[in-house]
Amino acid sequence: MSAPVVGRAGLPGAHRPDAGWMRGSDRDLRSLPVLAALVALALVFQALNGAYLSADNLVNLTQQAATTGIITLGMVLVLMVGQVDLSVGAVSGLAAAVVAVAVARAGWPLVVAVVAAIAVGAAFGAGYGWMYTRLGVPSFVITLAGLLVGIGLQVQVLAPVATVNLPYESSLVRFAQQAFLHPAVSLGVVAVVVVGHGTLAVLERRRRLAAQLPARSLGAVLLRTAGLAVGLGLPVWYLNTSRGVGGMVALFIGLVWVADVVLRRTRWGRSVRAIGSNVESARRAGFPVRRVYVAAFTACAALAALAGVLQAGRVAAAHQGAGGAELTLTAIAAAVIGGTSLFGGRGSAWSAVLGVGVIHAIGSGLTLVNADGSLRPIVTGVVLALAVTVDAVSRRSRAANGR
Amino acid sequence: MTHPPVMSLRGITHSFGAVRALVDVDLDVHAHEVVAVVGDNGAGKSTLVGVMSGALVPDAGEVVVDGQEVLLRSPGLARQLGIATVFQDLALCEDLDVVENLFLGQEVRRGPVLDEVAMEREALRLLAQLSARVPSVRTPVSGLSGGQRQAVAVARALVGEPRVLVLDEPTAALGVTQTAEVLNLVERVRDRGYGVVLVSQNMADVQAVADRVVVLRRGRVNGVFDAASASYEDIIAAITGVSPQRRGGAS
Repeated sequence: MSAPVVGRAGLPGAHRPDAGWMRGSDRDLRSLPVLAALVALALVFQALNGAYLSADNLVNLTQQAATTGIITLGMVLVLMVGQVDLSVGAVSGLAAAVVAVAVARAGWPLVVAVVAAIAVGAAFGAGYGWMYTRLGVPSFVITLAGLLVGIGLQVQVLAPVATVNLPYESSLVRFAQQAFLHPAVSLGVVAVVVVGHGTLAVLERRRRLAAQLPARSLGAVLLRTAGLAVGLGLPVWYLNTSRGVGGMVALFIGLVWVADVVLRRTRWGRSVRAIGSNVESARRAGFPVRRVYVAAFTACAALAALAGVLQAGRVAAAHQGAGGAELTLTAIAAAVIGGTSLFGGRGSAWSAVLGVGVIHAIGSGLTLVNADGSLRPIVTGVVLALAVTVDAVSRRSRAANGR
Repeated sequence: MTHPPVMSLRGITHSFGAVRALVDVDLDVHAHEVVAVVGDNGAGKSTLVGVMSGALVPDAGEVVVDGQEVLLRSPGLARQLGIATVFQDLALCEDLDVVENLFLGQEVRRGPVLDEVAMEREALRLLAQLSARVPSVRTPVSGLSGGQRQAVAVARALVGEPRVLVLDEPTAALGVTQTAEVLNLVERVRDRGYGVVLVSQNMADVQAVADRVVVLRRGRVNGVFDAASASYEDIIAAITGVSPQRRGGAS
């Protein structure tokens, strides 16, 4: 380990031309194996069944993935502070029950019912945060307790029946089942994002150069912006040849985008990563550690509740079996496959998109090739093991290289 | 030493239950000076670091900074008053990069968002000032060597221009090359006008960089030596208490 001390480039090495965007390229590289896995999955399933990559199937796939994705996003937040929430499935099921009973049985206005359901979820999360930060109970145990409580409450809320149907004309059901962005709107959003990204990148480059810091070349900026345009525009255009980008999908991506900006660009986000990396250092650095924990748990449970509400809309019903342990484990698996560390500190909001993409690509593919239902968890498990292995190996080699 | 000290401890006394960790300890730190605090295990070095860093409020005694008596109630307050401490464990976040660690808890913002450009520029300036070499300021700290980490921790302590830098056992876990790096670092910090308190158990390090040596024994100051003139044996004697003596540039 003494080699790097004497320096690769003499002066403080950051004068190396590529140093300034090292972290950016690092992050891109980290998601490469997952993207490669997605492409491989797509090619294999397409070869087995020509309908796999059809726009219709991809629209279905994105619609199915959106709710799991929202749960995974919350899980990413909790994992990044080095904790875990085992109750997201149960909380989403409870929220579905609350919204269905409030609308169909009690006749509450939809908005009130949705807010109530999300508030119930947030209360669970706030409770976890309080018990963890004030009483020191491990999150594994508190959220396990929350899982059991949630399952019981779900049954009680629905009682005396096991299933409460939502009316098909409810706007929640319509939003979850039939809301799609108009093609012009979706492509317009893509255009705004691409132009905005390009403008910000050029401005950032100008500021870095003015500060005499290494910056990307103009060509690299253009190339990346063009890449973004193709990477976003092409799928959106393709989905638009069928029903288009679902409202839930847009909501999911929007939430991920907001979470990503907050995690990377704000002091709060920095505190989340610092706490997940080393709580004691974060505390000594003056971050409000307790508040951040409570906020992460609350956001996670509230997102799980939101996903439960949307899921109730998608199937137009809430039933006793909604949510459940498998959903929780899927969310954890998706977060880890997407590149978020189980041990805190490392991860990104976009890992929710990648991980859920992989898991649902497998699920959808196996359904299309009429595989036995038991194969899905097996394949998902193998992919999860691979993802964790790739992460562990790459981290070890990075540490060994001293970079 | 014609200038008044930037930091003085006067009669610092602290007990943990029945254990008297510090008894009536005096310590002066001037600008452009490295004061080494040495002592055996349990001599009270860590407690003293705690007091200077603001992590520990002593039972009795006063801390004077720039001629003003202050109460170091918290690490944040100590920092504001210009006393920065690098703890033995460095308190770095492994997953965060060098810039992020340097500004941990004191991020520069531009409106609601972090100003990465300003922070990166300042990080480069601080590291250059210490002639510290890291592969890139955007490398996660997990990829740095022990000496590089120490440099990052020291650079972080210098964010916000403190006047006194307290280093707690900076070379304890390092190999020969990296120890030399860190000692160079200490000298550069001193040469830039900071007062440095070097808490150490390693006599070789102390003799290499210290201007004055304060020996703690069982919570009391058991001798203050001028590093240039004091012999190794004198200091060891004061540490072990074989023949306690007081001489040299007394405070």
